[in-house]
Amino acid sequence: MLRLSACLLILASVTLVASCKREERTFRVEPPYVSGVEKISVTNLFAGGAPATQPATSNEYEENAYALTEGKRLYGFMNCNGCHANGGGGMGPALMDDKWIYGDQPGQVFASIIQGRPNGMPSFATKLPDHQAWQLAAYVRSMSGLVKSDAAPGRSDHMQSRKAENSTEPESPKQSRPPQ
Amino acid sequence: MIARRVLIFALALLAVGCTGEQAALNPAGAQAGRITSLWWLICWTCVVVYVLTIGAIVIGVVRKRRRADEPDAPAPPTTRPDPAREHRARIIVAAAVGVTVVILFVFMFSDFTAGRALASLAGDKSALTIKITGHQWWWEARYEDSTTSNTFTTANEIHIPVGRTIEFQLESADVIHSFWVPRLHGKKDMIPGHSTRTYLKADKPGVYYGQCAEFCGHQHANMRLVIIAQPHEEFESWRTAQIRPAGEPPFDNLKRGRDVFLKNSCVMCHTIRGTTAGGRLGPDLTHVGSRKLLASNIIPNKPGHLAGWILDPQKIKPGVRMPQNALDPHDLRALLEFLESLK
Amino acid sequence: MSSDAPNLAAAARQVHDVDPTTPAPTAEQVRSLQQLEAVWRKPRGLVGFLTTTNHKDIGLRFVYTAFVFFFLAGLLALAIRVQLAVPNNTLLGPDLYNQFFTTHGSAMMFLFAVPVMEGMAIYLVPLMVGTRNTCFPRLMSYGYWVYLMGGITLFIALALNFGPDMGWFSYTPLAGPDYSPGKRVDFWSQMVTLVEIGSMSGAIATITTILKCRAPGMALNRIPLFVWAALVAAFMILFAMPAVTICSTLLSMDRLSHVSTHFFNHAEGGDHLLWQHLFWFFGHPDVYIIFLPATGFISAIIPTFARRKIFGYTPLVLSMIAIGFIGFGVWVHHMFVTPIPELGQGMFTASSLLITIPTGVQIFCWTATLWLGRPWLKSPLLFVLGFFGVFIMGGLTGVMIASVAVDTQAHDTFFVVAHLHYVLIGGMIFPLLGAILYWFPKWTGKMPGETLAKWSLALLFIGTNLTFYPLHHLGMGGMPRRIYTYLPETGWQPLNMLATLGAFTMGIGFLIFVINLWLSSRRGAPAGPNPWHAGTLEWATTSPPSTYNFANPPTCEGRDPVWDNSPDAAIVTNLDTDKREVLCTTTLDAQPHHRYEMSGDSWWPLVVAIATTVIFVAGFGFTPSWILPGCAILAIGLGAWFWVSAYRSLAVHHPEMPRDPRKD
Repeated sequence: MLRLSACLLILASVTLVASCKREERTFRVEPPYVSGVEKISVTNLFAGGAPATQPATSNEYEENAYALTEGKRLYGFMNCNGCHANGGGGMGPALMDDKWIYGDQPGQVFASIIQGRPNGMPSFATKLPDHQAWQLAAYVRSMSGLVKSDAAPGRSDHMQSRKAENSTEPESPKQSRPPQ
Repeated sequence: MIARRVLIFALALLAVGCTGEQAALNPAGAQAGRITSLWWLICWTCVVVYVLTIGAIVIGVVRKRRRADEPDAPAPPTTRPDPAREHRARIIVAAAVGVTVVILFVFMFSDFTAGRALASLAGDKSALTIKITGHQWWWEARYEDSTTSNTFTTANEIHIPVGRTIEFQLESADVIHSFWVPRLHGKKDMIPGHSTRTYLKADKPGVYYGQCAEFCGHQHANMRLVIIAQPHEEFESWRTAQIRPAGEPPFDNLKRGRDVFLKNSCVMCHTIRGTTAGGRLGPDLTHVGSRKLLASNIIPNKPGHLAGWILDPQKIKPGVRMPQNALDPHDLRALLEFLESLK
Repeated sequence: MSSDAPNLAAAARQVHDVDPTTPAPTAEQVRSLQQLEAVWRKPRGLVGFLTTTNHKDIGLRFVYTAFVFFFLAGLLALAIRVQLAVPNNTLLGPDLYNQFFTTHGSAMMFLFAVPVMEGMAIYLVPLMVGTRNTCFPRLMSYGYWVYLMGGITLFIALALNFGPDMGWFSYTPLAGPDYSPGKRVDFWSQMVTLVEIGSMSGAIATITTILKCRAPGMALNRIPLFVWAALVAAFMILFAMPAVTICSTLLSMDRLSHVSTHFFNHAEGGDHLLWQHLFWFFGHPDVYIIFLPATGFISAIIPTFARRKIFGYTPLVLSMIAIGFIGFGVWVHHMFVTPIPELGQGMFTASSLLITIPTGVQIFCWTATLWLGRPWLKSPLLFVLGFFGVFIMGGLTGVMIASVAVDTQAHDTFFVVAHLHYVLIGGMIFPLLGAILYWFPKWTGKMPGETLAKWSLALLFIGTNLTFYPLHHLGMGGMPRRIYTYLPETGWQPLNMLATLGAFTMGIGFLIFVINLWLSSRRGAPAGPNPWHAGTLEWATTSPPSTYNFANPPTCEGRDPVWDNSPDAAIVTNLDTDKREVLCTTTLDAQPHHRYEMSGDSWWPLVVAIATTVIFVAGFGFTPSWILPGCAILAIGLGAWFWVSAYRSLAVHHPEMPRDPRKD
């Protein structure tokens, strides 16, 4: 009996570590803070050496299934698919491939959403609270398989136009140029 | 005296099902009335059956029970029962089963008759058509009209004319919801992929509350609905007002409020006809100032409540789709004035 | 559990106890008893715990485990009631509340109600039909292990804050991949699959035991009514559980990465009503799977305490079979407010009313038995009277909502919550607690305390009515079910507060019941083989029964063999005592047919259960790449299960024991 319960305990703690981030549901965030988004760089080319502030390289929402699904919902709500379609791209660049024009790091994706980019990507700075922009950024990275499949969203209840995010094979991100 | 008070209190408690503002047995429309009369027929029959059955069992047990002073070991079992008594028991049991069958037939036919009566409104040509779409966690109401420009959309507070058949076309935008206003009619599920209809008629003017009856996620509890039944003229004037788009704000402060609305996240989800705001994800706010309640009818439509809702909706309805908003106090005040001016 | 050394004295006493006129055991009898002890003995300690295939160990284990889950689900119910006691309560947020009510419902239905009834059947059926063990003992042991894994899956999930939160009937699309992110629903659906595989395994063992291993002479028309109930319920399990196992697997395939099917996606040709049909095709029969064994308990308790044979044996059996059939034809009454044509709904109104008739027949027959007998008001009978008071109320509200028109108002409100709790607490908990008191002397050899039993009954009866009666009024007052809070303006507060008080009264009642059993098992008066002077075969052996149940399996000369058998009734002799041998009889007349050696204790059911868990929880819950390795372990486990050491021959395992001279 003792051994059995010890095994169960170990199993339980392993699951706990693996699952605690995935399943949290935080509805209410602390009042929005200054994001420092203007300091995020979108390229590796700098005059006179790298700047002091590096873009965030992690986004805790990428491990959280609820936040990722909210990000997916925002992707539709904010009409991202109007230009990017369901990831394949249209007026805007594709998001499910390995090419990243303004950087693939979570902080860079966030900055692209908040600041907007040339050739038609609008700024969502006043339209989207920061935490929602981070959720959206997390989802955008899941579109090319860059988040763990146990947290990524499953198929949606619509006509299918792409593989579900949790079935997407991870791409290896490459720096790309804006379309000429 | 005390006993009387206790009795009155108990009766008041038990009257919840029959007198409440959202009580199914307090009908205010033809449909709910028909269901209520069927309800009482079945209910009283069941009460009689319950009393008779329990009475028979209790008498059977008490009548010949072993007394406390009898010796501890029980009598040997009767394995060769008296044939005459067995025969009598068989007849009684058969009779009881027969009575049960008769009662069940009465129930079945009265249910079928009630079902036909409830369905009889369906053919009404003069019905007013309202399309209700359930969203997590609010109700979109679109008043259909043969003249396209007279079609308009509102949310959560549905006005209907008294005495006229209303055809509700029911759909869902996300998960299953259930449309239910107990004082007017029973519920009908809104299942994605299945559009359906329900018909009802209010007999007298009044405010009838309802709420979503199918579990639909975090805020299922606060997905409330109000139907306001009005005499024909009142309804028509309300409708004429609703069709009008919002006009140009007359004061600077209201203009500032409108600009706050358009520049911030509000515009992404809400529509105000007459402005550039055309989001379809949240309730249409063209006449939000005329509504009595907010947030799917759970808080009063007062500036203080509205401010609290805009700043921190997640505190009032955790999980709701509307995000928290950080607004400058002056902007907030202007926004509130603008929204309250949308009568 | 069982004693480790062959207990000769006990064996000899057993022969005497059952029939004091039997002469003292001869040397020959002593030797075969010694062999029986050795061959049915279970290994010591943890090894014995993990490998046993004895029906009494496994049956009781089902019951104990089910009660642990019942206790946990009951705590959740108290939390739910506290949350609802006052309006606008913020004690549990919507997220936690949704997890609590879903786990409460799922645990009560999947982890308590069905398994506890199966456990009772597994314990009682071999004793009642006069054999040594259930058929397919390893399958039964496997059934227990997968059930345990399923239950642990659910509660680990809840403890780690990812308990299911979409309601126990888990309607899509809310439970689908689009609206339930994460692994919450996946853990729930794997729990369902595992538990139902367990149920089906137990059902197969029960059916085969009843049809093939009855005591000679126990023809179909002499089977004890509880055994009939267990038989019909087991057949219902075989037909209902596949529906829910399919549904949970389809749902997990819709959600699973790299599979992402569209069974429940209306935009791709799937249908959300498909889920509802499949689920309720299981869901409604499930209620009868729970209720039928309870009617079996009542049919066992009433004749014993009315001191006469049951009135209307044949109508009772036919009613049970009728319920078994009609139970599969009523599921649409859970869907009366969905867009289903009126004519179809009318048919299901008729069938839902129809099922009242066999239930009515049962109640009338029990009433007649009480009228014609001389009731001896001991606690088991009092619990049955509690059943009548609560269950009939629930049954009648069920008749009310069989009407489509009435149901459109009552559906998904607290009225239905009241109805289902009246039916399940009245129809299942009261008879079950009565049955536990009734068979407690058989399990432990001690009498249960009467005073505390009566106290617990009184508190439970008052508590049940106090908790659930007000909910009828709340439901008709417009309160839907599954809401985590309500507004003060609704006026629902006083009745909700009353219900919360009732819930705590019930909690105290259960606590007293458990304390009573604990005290009785330590200090109760010795029971002897047949303390209630009852008529069925489980009372014809020692209390508690030996691992092999009967020194010489009995034969049967009537419906109540202990009452009906003549003093010189035959016994089954000449079964080999150096292996686990039982007598198989014919299905209809129970004529001796052949001797059959049962398989012995084994590790393999546990191994196969672990493989099953890996396949479902890891493979269907996380990523399909786990399925293949899981199947490999499964294949090895099953191969060993059927091939290696299937039988535990005495000569192999106990060479020191004397051999049967007939074999030499």
